[in-house]
Amino acid sequence: MSAGPALLTIDHLTMQFGGLVAVDDVSLAAKDSEITAIIGPNGAGKTTMFNCLTGFYKPSVGRMLLDHPNRPFYLERMEGFRIASHAGVARTFQNIRLFPKMSVLENLIVAQHNKLMRASGFTVYGLFGLRGYRSAEGEAVELAKYWLDRIDLTAKADWDAESLPYGDQRRLEIARAMCTEPVLLCLDEPAAGLNPRESAGLNELLLFIRDEHKIGVLLIEHDMKVVMAIADHIVVLDYGRKISDGTADEVRRDPAVIRAYLGEEEEDST
Amino acid sequence: MAVTSVTPGADLRSLDVAAMLKEAGATAVVVFALTIGLVAFKTLDVPGGIGIETRFADVAMCMALAFFGRIALVLLREHRPYPVMAVALTFAIILTASLLSGQIFGPAAEAQMKMFLPFKAVIVSWIICVLAWSFAIRAAILMRHQGVSVLRDEREAMMDRVGAAVQRYSRFLGPALLAFAIVFPLLPFVDRRFLDLGILALTYIMLGWGLNIVVGLAGLLDLGYVAFYAVGAYSYALLATHFELSFWICLPFAGIMAAFAGLLLGFPVLRLRGDYLAIVTLGFGEMVRIILLNWYEFTNGPDGIGGIARPSFFGIPFKRNAPEGTETFHQMFGLEYSTLHKFVFLYFVILTLGLITNLFTIRIRKLPVGRAWEALREDEIACRSLGINPRNTKLTAFAIGAMFAGFAGSFFATRQTFISPESFVFLESAIILGIVVLGGFGSQVGVVLATGILIVLPELIRELHQYRMLAFGAVMVLIMLWRPSGLLAHREPTIKLGQGDKRGGEP
Ligand SMILES: Nc1ncnc2c1ncn2[C@@H]1O[C@H](COP(=O)(O)OP(=O)(O)OP(=O)(O)O)[C@@H](O)[C@H]1O
Ligand SMILES: [Mg+2]
Repeated sequence: MSAGPALLTIDHLTMQFGGLVAVDDVSLAAKDSEITAIIGPNGAGKTTMFNCLTGFYKPSVGRMLLDHPNRPFYLERMEGFRIASHAGVARTFQNIRLFPKMSVLENLIVAQHNKLMRASGFTVYGLFGLRGYRSAEGEAVELAKYWLDRIDLTAKADWDAESLPYGDQRRLEIARAMCTEPVLLCLDEPAAGLNPRESAGLNELLLFIRDEHKIGVLLIEHDMKVVMAIADHIVVLDYGRKISDGTADEVRRDPAVIRAYLGEEEEDST
Repeated sequence: MAVTSVTPGADLRSLDVAAMLKEAGATAVVVFALTIGLVAFKTLDVPGGIGIETRFADVAMCMALAFFGRIALVLLREHRPYPVMAVALTFAIILTASLLSGQIFGPAAEAQMKMFLPFKAVIVSWIICVLAWSFAIRAAILMRHQGVSVLRDEREAMMDRVGAAVQRYSRFLGPALLAFAIVFPLLPFVDRRFLDLGILALTYIMLGWGLNIVVGLAGLLDLGYVAFYAVGAYSYALLATHFELSFWICLPFAGIMAAFAGLLLGFPVLRLRGDYLAIVTLGFGEMVRIILLNWYEFTNGPDGIGGIARPSFFGIPFKRNAPEGTETFHQMFGLEYSTLHKFVFLYFVILTLGLITNLFTIRIRKLPVGRAWEALREDEIACRSLGINPRNTKLTAFAIGAMFAGFAGSFFATRQTFISPESFVFLESAIILGIVVLGGFGSQVGVVLATGILIVLPELIRELHQYRMLAFGAVMVLIMLWRPSGLLAHREPTIKLGQGDKRGGEP
């Protein structure tokens, strides 16, 4: 692992639902320009961790420090939407959440809401169609086009998002998150339901995001082929606890991981 | 029962006449069982007690209509539209002619044509007339499609194309409607009654457009919209009567007050969604009305506020005789004095207010707030993950919607010159929402069309007026069955790349 300060530091994160401890005292660090994979069997608490990170749940215990270039943010103290707008943490969802009746392009423009809102003088100038706003909108469209090219959806820019095939919807959701210009991108099982060709395309997209945009990527993924191919750093959760943490090779050889996965397989086969 | 397959060659099959007659007979029997108790006997007040009037002829008429109606249905199902077309069209034309004879040829003709009506109650004849027309239309559709009946999805797609076409042509349709609206009060046949109707319709159109921001764009189901209308009306009335301020000064104040009321309601309730929000807003609407009713010192309670000033033409009054040293409108423009002037002026005021609402909505849809409203309607959680503040965004929608209701309210107050809590009952909210739902969420032309159906039609056809609520309910049920998204619902993207304008959903 490369040295340098971590972009995101999670300390002793715990999330309880009544008696159920979904995330149990998890600490980890994720860096800039790195893909950090979070893996684990079903119900391990991966999505719950994301929900804490992005402000959908208030963690019971723990600290989440994001070292944003402007200033550090303690995410556990922030309101959900501010984590995205101020701290620059963007996410996608395990079950896709696009704006189905809006067009592909509109999905990407809505993602740039805060920037455009300022440019439109909180609607006041915008109403009178002043030039400042129009040029800001033009720039927003350029950014959207840039991502549309990356995900091969330029030709379908004016389609309703709901009419896209599944694989396109997955990529559109990633592009939409990128349009918020985040410093940390959290992806919840982006390869789920993709065919091998689409999955390979997704790997390329994620590597592009890491290498060209130099942001941190947190990736929840079940598909080990994807994880082993692109992750720089892997964290393994099981029953809410972190059981392993390291590079792909280290994790693969970790007896605790083998036990968790083999144990699960044994359960499955009985 | 006859076979119900829908193959193009179906009309080659022979018709099972016996089965058809049996089915129609069974329907007639059911109708007999239903009507013998409900229709055949009517109690009357006679001196010294209760008498009974028998109406067996009406029962027979019901049975006959049911019998032939059923035969028509079976024939349509079996792809024989021609006899249905012939009979239904004749019947429909005769009925329509007799029903409208009074309007067209005067009372003498009406008395003669009455004999063609199946029932004494005009409304029932109207219903049957509409049914006959719908049979004729179904038959016509079947004739055009050469025996393939129109399926539900096809109808949806067709209506969506209509909606899309209206949107596409709204560039021409809008100005055309506007041009008509502008010349309307100057047309020779337009009298006080038409002007009043135009003003009424425009008020509802404006309210529909205002509510469309809240319901159609932001997806917040608001059942208490009339509360903001009331706040606007009372703000205007109180300001105008206590401080003698002019309409043009009070108008923005009334809008601001209503927007403020929207914020006040919005803060606590906007975390609720869907049905819950609907119930709370419903309660708020009633609360406002009850406060107006009971806060006697401030609002004059059930007695209402009277003597509200009419708007002047930017300071020039519409009076026959001006007080010393001033001019009135007709003197200033060298016109013959007419009481109509002030109504024409009112008409243009509400037309302007409505246009402002419309332009504002069209404009704001293309701005970040407008897009955020629509995004919130689609998926609030996704919005939060993109850094959109859901509470503030909803509040702006609520407040802006309320502001337009406030403008409309102050116009209402100045037009009526008298307001009381009775004008702001839940029914008004329901009608405004009905206009939005019927027209199609988010469709501006849809609101105009729906106002035509729900407001103008019942006013024009006086007989319909007392059955207005019945018709209102029926229209709502039909629209929910046939096209839940509303007549002209169709969404155009607010921004296009124009790479390939092939839209999704079509093969
Ligand atoms: N809002 C909630 N209330 C109660 N329990 C919850 C809630 N959200 C998650 N859980 C529970 O927490 C545990 C972890 O769930 P989570 O969704 O985080 O798992 P996951 O690792 O994402 O699994 P998968 O791979 O299936 O997506 C599960 O037992 C789940 O039932
Ligand atoms: Mg999950």
